[in-house]
Amino acid sequence: MALSRQHELHKRRFSRNLGLGLVLGALVALFFGLTIVKVTNEGAARPTAEEAN
Amino acid sequence: MSDAGLRSATADAGDAGFADFFALLKPRVMTLVVFTAFVGLYAAPVSVHPLVGFAAILFIAVGGGASGALNMWWDSDIDRVMRRTRARPIPTGRITEAEAFGFGMALAGFAVILLWLATNALAAALLAFTIFFYVVIYSMWLKRSTPQNIVIGGAAGAFPPMIGWAAATGSIGIEAVLMFALIFMWTPPHFWALALFMKSDYDDAGVPMLTVTHGRRVTRTHILVYTVLLAGLALGAGFTALGGPIYLTVAVVLNALFLRGAWAIWRRDETAAEADGYRVEKRFFRDSLFYLFAHFGAIALDTAAAPFWGGVW
Repeated sequence: MALSRQHELHKRRFSRNLGLGLVLGALVALFFGLTIVKVTNEGAARPTAEEAN
Repeated sequence: MSDAGLRSATADAGDAGFADFFALLKPRVMTLVVFTAFVGLYAAPVSVHPLVGFAAILFIAVGGGASGALNMWWDSDIDRVMRRTRARPIPTGRITEAEAFGFGMALAGFAVILLWLATNALAAALLAFTIFFYVVIYSMWLKRSTPQNIVIGGAAGAFPPMIGWAAATGSIGIEAVLMFALIFMWTPPHFWALALFMKSDYDDAGVPMLTVTHGRRVTRTHILVYTVLLAGLALGAGFTALGGPIYLTVAVVLNALFLRGAWAIWRRDETAAEADGYRVEKRFFRDSLFYLFAHFGAIALDTAAAPFWGGVW
């Protein structure tokens, strides 16, 4: 059986690729956000150069 | 031919859709994991940045999903036999066993390491132990060897609120242990009620559920005994640091109803149950889900309301 362009198999592959792409994009955003939170909190907890002296 | 049958006839290995991989994570179980982990994290006496809290719950959920995928990999032989699990991605051929194993292992490692980086080593270690416990201790060992499978295996489902608590505090408090105990004691009556009305499913698959090894009469008695113990624990927890006015109110009402349900199950015999299509057992199973969500919801509400009346108790 020849595979037409709209075969269900293509839809399934597309759904998997699209889903993976969206998950990876969301992870990039999450890691960026987490980095900002961690750096900001550690920055706040750490004494400034003047306080250290 | 069923839709699943049609799909499996055309599917080749590696052609599963996104939804098939998502189904491997046992999304319905994941809702329980997400909610209880959230309550554990929220009820902890240490405030967490919302994004860190979100990430912690996400990684706990992914870890739970990973153990679900590994469980489906290991149990694919019996999943093919049981009516309840026949439509899962591996029995229908949409995902191969090797794919499920690789997916589960990768997600497990991903979740544990990222939970460590986002929160702390204790939370990550607890998550790793939970995955190990569910996959190795429960799925590989207990499930097929003892009727106590879900009693001990229930611990795996009880860890999420403790991990949430540990993610916030970096330690394990008495409240975290009580939340663990609540789910641990709730699991047996919940699953035994399911086993009663799933009839021959576990028998066909050779899983030594209590209904198979000791019969339905004994299972009904066990449901009642565990429900009494659960009610004592749930009400007792209301007078500890975990409880509050909302929790105690919810616990009194729901445990009375739950005890009534367990009593009704105990009083029935198989003839009566078959006559009405296991109506009482099915209702008890459905109510048990609400029971757990309501108790944890009440813990969260008491935490939210605590500042307004100056402390939980």
